[in-house]
Amino acid sequence: MALGNLFKRKASGPRAKPRADRGLLVFEHTSEVIRAEKVLKASGREIRVMGPPPEIQKGCDLVVEFPLMEKLDILRTLDEAGIPPMESVPVTGPLLDPVNLFQVKDFGDHLMVRAANMKLTVEKKTRTIVNVSGGGCPDVPYIAARLIGRTLDEAPAPREIGHTLCGYALELAYEEMLRLCSS
Amino acid sequence: MLVVVGTVPDPAVPVLDAPVETTRGDLVVDGRALPPDRGTPALLAAAAATCAFLGLPAPHALLVGDEGLGHGSRELYRHLTEVLPGRACSVLAFHYLQPDVDWHNRVLMAAQAMAGPPELIADAGFMYAAKMSGFAGEYALFTPDAGELAFLADEAAPHPFYTRGFILQDENRVPELIERAYRNENAARCLLVKGRIDRIADRTGVLAEVAAPSVEAMEAMGGTGDTVTGMACALMASGLPAPRAAHLAAQANRYAGEAAAPTPASQIGELVPHIPQALERAMRELP
Repeated sequence: MALGNLFKRKASGPRAKPRADRGLLVFEHTSEVIRAEKVLKASGREIRVMGPPPEIQKGCDLVVEFPLMEKLDILRTLDEAGIPPMESVPVTGPLLDPVNLFQVKDFGDHLMVRAANMKLTVEKKTRTIVNVSGGGCPDVPYIAARLIGRTLDEAPAPREIGHTLCGYALELAYEEMLRLCSS
Repeated sequence: MLVVVGTVPDPAVPVLDAPVETTRGDLVVDGRALPPDRGTPALLAAAAATCAFLGLPAPHALLVGDEGLGHGSRELYRHLTEVLPGRACSVLAFHYLQPDVDWHNRVLMAAQAMAGPPELIADAGFMYAAKMSGFAGEYALFTPDAGELAFLADEAAPHPFYTRGFILQDENRVPELIERAYRNENAARCLLVKGRIDRIADRTGVLAEVAAPSVEAMEAMGGTGDTVTGMACALMASGLPAPRAAHLAAQANRYAGEAAAPTPASQIGELVPHIPQALERAMRELP
């Protein structure tokens, strides 16, 4: 298809989804929004302050729009600055919930937990992480290389070394695995 | 020729723009050895093995280091917008990249300015961006798993991390989710849905299913989806239409898995050496 056709289709064809990969950080007070903007801009992130959609108005009349894929890294930065948001939601579906459905598969010697698009597998006897599977954000291979071969006690939590929504999903699988392996 | 775009999990790796070399099982791009243990290197290893089996030139790789902050991905996106319009290839595959809708659209336009233009394939993070952009229909093939299919089917979801109560990741609902993804214009022209049963589909519904051999341990192994996509890419570069390439790749991946006899602790590198024989068997057996 020629270059021009894409523009043509964009105008009349599939729905353009501007800012579909953006999220909103909701804070309790406007002063926190201002501090968060300063911290995130200082760290070189592409964010902007704007008014919230009606669905998530919670008394604060400002929210911070941010690259949703970098959620884990941004939440860690705000935590370190002492200004964790009340909530973080997708721009295009502010009422969407994070996945809360776990699928567990018992292979006998191994146990696999799946959360959203991420799977974590552990050898039961030694509690060693033997596989990380799924996902599409680039921190998945990065995290996998640091988790595989380590026990649940030795391995860093995905929230500590991940940066993206896939990393966040893997953190959920990891926490569920910890819960299952300690019960 | 096949061109593969993706990332490696080392932020120190600059943009690499070079053909893939394989030396005694090692994957080398622009002088750098890349362990094919998961992600884009696993896809490239499978694609290179398939190209060699088919007598095709080795894939060309466009890679960058990115640990998840997106800096490398954006650098590679910029490089693609500059170089793609002057290049030619038959298949252009996008893989592990930081999803970014604005950059996706710029790269898509650059790809469509290429001679041909090439057939486009998207998997992993770039598939997420392709769906979010509203231009999924410009792609010849997406290769989601069940969770990613739920994301394609949910018109409001910006990432597989988010879901809604009516879309559960239940493999029994795959045909319904395929139909919903097409109804909402969120699917490529062909889908290879990977799972307990692999399903090849287009807008008309499920075209083929691959359910055997069932190698249970492969569900836990990282990289099995990457190898099946790598094979499909190379088969399309040989001139096969996407549904046929996806069908053969899904079948061959299972044969390679069966030959490797993995456990849930096996790594994907153990499967790759079995790809040539697995492909030979799949091509002989599938009509």
